Amino acid sequence: MLLSALYNYWVVILLMMTGLYMVIAQGNLIKKVIGLNIFQTSVFIFYISVGKVAGGSAPILSQLTTVYSNPLPHVLILTAIVVGIATTALALALILRIRQAYGSVEEQDILAGDGQC
Amino acid sequence: MELILDIALLSLLLVTAVYIAWTRDLFAAVILAGIYGLLSASFFMSMGAVDVAFTEAAVGAGISPLLMLSTLAICGRAQRANPQRALLALLTVGVVGALLITATLEMPAFGSPDAPAHLHVAPRYIADSMREIGIPNVVTSVLASYRAFDTLGEVVVIFTAGLGVLSLLGLRGDVREEPIHSPMAEPSHLVLRVVGKVLIPPILLFALYVQFHGEYGPGGGFQAGVIFAVGFILYSLVFGLEAVEKIVNRALVQALAAVGVLIYGTVGLLGIVSGRNYLDYSGLAGDSVAGQHLGIIAIELGVGITVASVMMIVFFVFSAQLARGRAVPHAS
Amino acid sequence: MIDSVLAILSAVMLGLGGFFMVSGAIGLLRFPDFYSRMHAASMTDTLGSYLVVGGLMLTAGWGLPLFKLALILVFIFFTSPTAGHALAKSAQHCDLRLPGGGASTKKADNEISGSAQGPDSRDVVSADRV
Repeated sequence: MLLSALYNYWVVILLMMTGLYMVIAQGNLIKKVIGLNIFQTSVFIFYISVGKVAGGSAPILSQLTTVYSNPLPHVLILTAIVVGIATTALALALILRIRQAYGSVEEQDILAGDGQC
Repeated sequence: MELILDIALLSLLLVTAVYIAWTRDLFAAVILAGIYGLLSASFFMSMGAVDVAFTEAAVGAGISPLLMLSTLAICGRAQRANPQRALLALLTVGVVGALLITATLEMPAFGSPDAPAHLHVAPRYIADSMREIGIPNVVTSVLASYRAFDTLGEVVVIFTAGLGVLSLLGLRGDVREEPIHSPMAEPSHLVLRVVGKVLIPPILLFALYVQFHGEYGPGGGFQAGVIFAVGFILYSLVFGLEAVEKIVNRALVQALAAVGVLIYGTVGLLGIVSGRNYLDYSGLAGDSVAGQHLGIIAIELGVGITVASVMMIVFFVFSAQLARGRAVPHAS
Repeated sequence: MIDSVLAILSAVMLGLGGFFMVSGAIGLLRFPDFYSRMHAASMTDTLGSYLVVGGLMLTAGWGLPLFKLALILVFIFFTSPTAGHALAKSAQHCDLRLPGGGASTKKADNEISGSAQGPDSRDVVSADRV
């Protein structure tokens, strides 16, 4: 019973930790951005899971049903997804600039390049 | 049945994420990230979050891998191993994860209708939305009317991110030494060109449908903007950046990104002029429901214009960067 | 009467569609080289999705959902074979040979197995280069 009640939250935490691990351990900046994206999506999954009401349908009012999922998390996440891709694009643009300046997207090379200056 | 679907999708997500972390081939990681986006869209669908699923399918499985692939094409797909920090990272992640899992034991059970999250404002939105706003899609009425100020902030963030990408990469992009040549624009890809030509008008039409049908079904400015931009991105993938620049003026797209935000803000100001609060549309027309309708259509249009323009700007800037990276030999 | 016939027919189509999808996935995993893998995936994918969407159409009843499903069918009709074609074309463009097809069988074989996600993936990158 505990499994079905909390499984979603546990998966969210595992996904979040996978993303966090990638951000900490991987030296490649693009891989770090992918890790951040996984982290971000795990938060989306958390919000949508919280917003689910058992037996509820999509929050579009109709005559057929009276139980709806919570629309508020949907609104927050809907906008967050598009904001997320905009910020991801910004991060990738920064990576391209870093590559122009340092000639590499590996963290070690960048730190080494800073040490020379 | 729903539970099985839920557990299967989440397990697949987990497997995909772990493989992304594990693989050292960045190309495989990016393609898997696209699959991850599609899987999470399916999960949102099974949770009844149709609007969110729609957005995630367009963004997570569409535009996001595309931008990452353009970056990879410049930076290379190999990733260097970095073993010395793996142990430390595992330790950190393990401790944080264990703490968070302990915290979930106090959470209300998944799907329980009396969880605190469902007791505060959501019942009011569902009960009163039809009377106050008069549209069936509660997500749209919350997004565009009840929490319109919040959404204005999000649109400004998107606009700012577009500005950021432009100022980081784009400002010198207008000077070009040689014409950009797309490998797909060769006559050998005849099938692709023909099918692309057939599909682009329905894609743009579908975007408009999503834009203006968002009050009654899943959809709205955010999704429509992304889909509209995808139509042009597909065109530039198949026919080359040059061809697309013949039909869309770069300066016009950049101006439109600002116009969308301006439309949104102006509608808010009209609320004040009509004697109510900022972004309260009730006074825009004779009765308050008609005013809400008008206001929602206007600001959704603003959102759509800004999102579509920013997505197009970002993609065009990245493609121009890619073409330049190829023109200069040592850069690639 | 007609409803139960439609329901049975739809169930059969959905089951067949699922079967083709699964067989395509097995082919993708088990086949030896890029071209036969891609063949397995794109063929069964097209047929499987036709059957699934068709099965859903049978139970949708007259209305907007039926029309939308029909549009999806038309969309898949165009996109799925095109995607397969573009993949194969790019592979050919990048001189990916079949084992046994090239002059040196041994070498071509190494080339394919040596980069498991290699050939197909690189081509898609080049497809995205503008």
